[in-house]
Amino acid sequence: MPGARRRKGGSDTKKPQSGEASSSSSASPSFNKPDKPPAPPLPDKNYNIQKRNENVVKKWSCIDSCCWFVGFICCFWWFLLFLYNAMPASIPQYVTEAITGPLADPPGLKLHKQGFVAKHPVVFVPGIVTGGLELWEGHQCADDLFRMRLWGGTFGDVYKRPLCWLEHMSLDNETGLDPPGIRIRPVSGLVAADYFAAGYFVWAVLIANLARIGYEEKNMYMAAYDWRLSFQNSEVRDQTLSRIKSNIELMVATNGGNKVVVIPHSMGVLYFLHFMKWVEAPAPVGGGGGSNWCANHIKAIMNIGGPFLGVPKAVTGLFSSEARDIAFARALAPGRVDFQTLQHIMRMTRTWDSTMSMLPKGGDTIWGDLDWSPEEDYKCSVQKLMNNDSEIVGQTGEESSENANCVKYGRMISFGKDLAQESSSKIQRMEFRDAHKGNNLANTCRDVWTEYCDMGIGGVKAVADYKVYTADSILDMLHYVAPKMMKRGGSHFSYGIADNLDDKKYEHYKYWSNPLETKLPNAPEVEIFSMYGVGIPTERAYVYKLSSAAECYIPFQIDSSAEGENEESCLHGGVYSVDGDETIPVLSAGYMCAKGWRGKTRFNPSGIRTYIREYVHAPPANLLEGRGTQSGAHVDIMGNFALIEDIIRVAAGAMGEDIGGDKVHSDIFKWSEKINLDL
Amino acid sequence: MLSFELKGKFGSAMGSLASVMRFLRSCFMEHVKVSSLLRFKSNEASEKKKVVKATDSDRKDDHDGVLSSDGKVTEKVEKGRQNKRERSRACKCINSCCWLIGCMCTTSWLLLVFLAYIIHASMPAVQLPEFPGARMKREGVVANHPVVLVPGIITGGLELWEGKPCAAPLFRKRLWGGWGSGCTNIFRSPLCWTEHLSLDYETGLDPPGIRVRPVPGLIAADYFAPGYFVWAVLIENLAQIGYEDRNMYMAAYDWRLSFQNTEVRDRSLSRLKAQIEIMYATNGDKKVVVLPHSMGAVYFLHFLKWVEAPAPMGGGGGPGWCAKHIKAVVNIGPTYLGVPKAFSTLLSAEGKDISIIRAMASGLLESELFGLQTVEHVMRVSRTWDSIISLLPKGGEAVWGNLDWSPEEGYECGLEKKRHFQADSRENNSKSSEENSSLQVNHPKKYGRVISFGQEASQVHSSKLPTFSKDFMHTSISTNLNASHGKFRTEFDEMSHESFDKIVEKKVYTTTDLVDLLRYVAPKMMRRAEAHYSHGIAENLEDPKYNHHKYWSNPLETKLPDAPDMEIYCLYGVGLPTERSYVYKMSPSSDKRKGIPFRIDNSVDGSDDCLKAGIYFVDGDETVPVLSSGFMCAKGWKGKTRFNPSGSATYIREYRHKPPASLFEGRGLESSGHVDIMGNLAMIEDVLRVAAGATGPEMGGDQIHSDLLKMCDRVNVPL
Repeated sequence: MPGARRRKGGSDTKKPQSGEASSSSSASPSFNKPDKPPAPPLPDKNYNIQKRNENVVKKWSCIDSCCWFVGFICCFWWFLLFLYNAMPASIPQYVTEAITGPLADPPGLKLHKQGFVAKHPVVFVPGIVTGGLELWEGHQCADDLFRMRLWGGTFGDVYKRPLCWLEHMSLDNETGLDPPGIRIRPVSGLVAADYFAAGYFVWAVLIANLARIGYEEKNMYMAAYDWRLSFQNSEVRDQTLSRIKSNIELMVATNGGNKVVVIPHSMGVLYFLHFMKWVEAPAPVGGGGGSNWCANHIKAIMNIGGPFLGVPKAVTGLFSSEARDIAFARALAPGRVDFQTLQHIMRMTRTWDSTMSMLPKGGDTIWGDLDWSPEEDYKCSVQKLMNNDSEIVGQTGEESSENANCVKYGRMISFGKDLAQESSSKIQRMEFRDAHKGNNLANTCRDVWTEYCDMGIGGVKAVADYKVYTADSILDMLHYVAPKMMKRGGSHFSYGIADNLDDKKYEHYKYWSNPLETKLPNAPEVEIFSMYGVGIPTERAYVYKLSSAAECYIPFQIDSSAEGENEESCLHGGVYSVDGDETIPVLSAGYMCAKGWRGKTRFNPSGIRTYIREYVHAPPANLLEGRGTQSGAHVDIMGNFALIEDIIRVAAGAMGEDIGGDKVHSDIFKWSEKINLDL
Repeated sequence: MLSFELKGKFGSAMGSLASVMRFLRSCFMEHVKVSSLLRFKSNEASEKKKVVKATDSDRKDDHDGVLSSDGKVTEKVEKGRQNKRERSRACKCINSCCWLIGCMCTTSWLLLVFLAYIIHASMPAVQLPEFPGARMKREGVVANHPVVLVPGIITGGLELWEGKPCAAPLFRKRLWGGWGSGCTNIFRSPLCWTEHLSLDYETGLDPPGIRVRPVPGLIAADYFAPGYFVWAVLIENLAQIGYEDRNMYMAAYDWRLSFQNTEVRDRSLSRLKAQIEIMYATNGDKKVVVLPHSMGAVYFLHFLKWVEAPAPMGGGGGPGWCAKHIKAVVNIGPTYLGVPKAFSTLLSAEGKDISIIRAMASGLLESELFGLQTVEHVMRVSRTWDSIISLLPKGGEAVWGNLDWSPEEGYECGLEKKRHFQADSRENNSKSSEENSSLQVNHPKKYGRVISFGQEASQVHSSKLPTFSKDFMHTSISTNLNASHGKFRTEFDEMSHESFDKIVEKKVYTTTDLVDLLRYVAPKMMRRAEAHYSHGIAENLEDPKYNHHKYWSNPLETKLPDAPDMEIYCLYGVGLPTERSYVYKMSPSSDKRKGIPFRIDNSVDGSDDCLKAGIYFVDGDETVPVLSSGFMCAKGWKGKTRFNPSGSATYIREYRHKPPASLFEGRGLESSGHVDIMGNLAMIEDVLRVAAGATGPEMGGDQIHSDLLKMCDRVNVPL
């Protein structure tokens, strides 16, 4: 009790000695230094005893000061908490306004003041990864996690019991459904994807703004589904498509016959495409809604960042379970990201059928071949400079045009940087398709199943010897390296271009999520919007190398040492980037609405009107803005005020023309023209 | 930016730290004697001075400034020296505070860790019985029929969708249930909270500018507050035999609204219909099993009528909808004939719990805690909720008894306790109960007098009661405008003292009288609510007036749908004392002004367990008397009656209450309290069996522990 002791000492005549002793011994830099407990009053005996006492005192004072420190921290923390709780709610906003100037009204409030009110019910279709998944039945190790989120929320269990977590999150290798004894189910309701993790919004901002003009639970529906499953399997296992159908019907019926506005995000775009074909298809496979279902129930589809034609990132995800971010991490701290981890991730993601829905579709026709690609004239430096100073754009654009011309985006994967740029005549490729895979690399990795274990050195070499892969050959290559997975995925997804859409085979559900192999429903009054961010470098092609690690490993990895010649190069860390929203290239998000479905085409026989709305990325001005109100990034765009305003206007009844038709900043129309596809 | 923010925070913290020190010093000064101050050695003081200077000159300035402001405490001569002394003393004081708190924190943490370890180590020794779900899964019972859960009043969560500025940060946070950030708002600004939970007094719908909506999904009512389960245990057991989101649906609705208004405002009934249809279709045309709890039972009764009624008022499902889609309605603690508690809630906003609080700490509720007249606010809010009216006792004197007679009159209160202690000697018990009841016949409790003013009035023979016509209730109320209340008025404020006196003079009220009384004291509320509910007994069910939705939730004024295969179960707890009638008194005159003129007379205690703190108890589940939950299944609907023309089978399953054996059992595995029964293993097992496809006879038919059948025989309702 230093305090008590001190108080006692205060009235004690022997105090001075101890006071000296303590002040000389205490040299702590904290401002509490004078508070440091001094030595207690000493009995006035001989020197030895005094010294011994001092030792005891020192020991005590250590514990004392520990206690003191803990107490101080506690007090201080409680006090701060108290202050925080007592703080009027308006202070953060006040502070923000003081720094950044008056904030713009959020679009919901602004439009509410202008008299917009809720009219059409809205349906949200979340994308891959963003939806929460919870446990309904598990193994012993997850006993206490019943109805807790395994995905989304805090992800606490990833750290606490990683292997258990991986085991539960994986699906069955053969069927792509639940493994025996494990049931993981999507969280339902708006909470499924409003926040991905605490504080990281996905749909929350949009929901809050819609609520301002009068939306609530009864006219807002989150079509949560298990994003790990293939689309048709989500119906087989959970009847998710049936539920969406029934809920849309219910909302239309209970909201005075107003049709719904559907807002899919990311992979949800493909999911909803699948839904539209499913709902009109006859009963055993489809939903049996009849040929007018979409026309009767849907007003508009407002796709946000839709990977209509797939994303190149999906290839690397499946091929070596890495993308730019992981490649960067590996470059920064080699050895940190150990292969074991990656292999576990790969094993898990390879059981998820849905990742295969996002492989690039349309092959070389869309994504370019060895020498040609639609984006070939894209200048990477331009975007960067546009953010800084738009006046210099013209000059630098000319300077770097020669460099930019060289980028051969069509070569999605090339082994070695030179091969990525070499003219096609000089590349000698060895056919890999029939190559013998050789013996197993190592038996040690049996417990961690990836199909690489079944491949021998010969197989790996054969893959590397083919050197350069375009969108078409990548599919063959994936079939070669992961035959079982691709076989499973192949029964649910297709990546080609249809020659004749009236062919009977296109009634199979595996074609429903590929916009190049399906016709849009017969619903001329529906409007399709494609809304996405532009102005952020987005992965488009990769430079690979063989990885050097021995034993059980993933034999390929992105060559993160491959850099462009200068600042303006599109090649960075082994990744060629183009314009996009950081995840989805403009071509994938915009092509269908810019050309494939524009007017009456064979993919859009009823002439559904399409609109493109692009949002140029502007990074948040300061930290207080959080993830920005003008962001164009794939997920952050959900908080983009301009996009939210567009959505609210449409939900309140506006047509595509009312909100301004197309709004294009990128070269999407130019690039679309270059693609040679029969329409 | 971050650094700026931190700096700002830090700065403000420093400022406030200084003020804390100021406070501490002033405390300290009072205890310090001047003499001891003077004994300070000057060299020590200078030592201190150096140290202080070295550490924080900033703070020193602050202190000096502060000191000069309250300089009257110190003498001018010694000001400089004393400053330093005080500072060191203040520091000491804070030091010891910090030390003490630190010490406590550390020891408690250590203890916690230690305890956690011990408990963890000894946990296997305390084997909790296995959940029925896990056991039945091993026995091969699997999910068969989709289940629909219909929560009751109070237990469902409510969240904010649009509110006044005071609730701006609470968007989509729970205002009710969960006790998360939304509910801490109660403490921060209770008035804001009550304002948002109130409904419009005229319409019974949202007040302008406020939208509070039910939380959807299973999370709506799995836990009422963290750790306080409602449906969670049942859900977990259902999940163990294979249920999941796609074949389990929580029909959450806004329990504050009248039933028909949930459809008008939120389309809750339509959603329920659509969900049942989709679950029926996607689960291989298997009918659903509905599990309503408490008021949910009445809500679902309303739904059964609504769904088959033609379109504008009803759901347009057509006759046969129920027969096609519903296998069984398994009511858990249903409030079919209402609860007497509803009267006391509406009249004086108190039940057993509140009157006990009042008895223990009188003045706590009356004191203007946080400037809030607690009980009055509770009353004001709850009177805007139509749903409470649905809980008023139904069937009038024919069911609930009149001045001299009541169906429960032979009930022996101490019996349950005795039974509990002598569980094995049943024979003796039943014998003794007979003896007891024969003894008791002389002084039967007059439960029919639901509210009596004064203990005497509750017991004397009816001929001795003052004959008093009910006419005063039809005279117009002389208005007594008490302007001081302004915003916080209940309808009591508009009444004069004379009318209160008249009410008290009548002494004794049966259920029928009480409805009249409510009409008299709260005419607007009753006018609003009686458009939605009716509490009588139908003479002739064929009368077209019974097509109106206000009769749909009263089992005595509706016919069950034409669904002969549909089974109706009544599952409820018995063996707990349950409020049945009350002894009231006038509030002390000082409180009369505050708007609640009557209250339960908690000083009244009977000779036996039946009368305690002004409340007469009968058998039940602590909230719902046996008569209310069991009568319809035991008699009203048994066989083919006029209320059940198609002869749907009914079954009664009673569960005797056993308090939890040890702390580890939490709220008990065999409890039968109104909400705790949701964790009763025997009940869960019955529910799982029905959900897995068992029929009533397979489950063992009726299982009755109480005197329900005797009571039912005494009730004289033409069937």
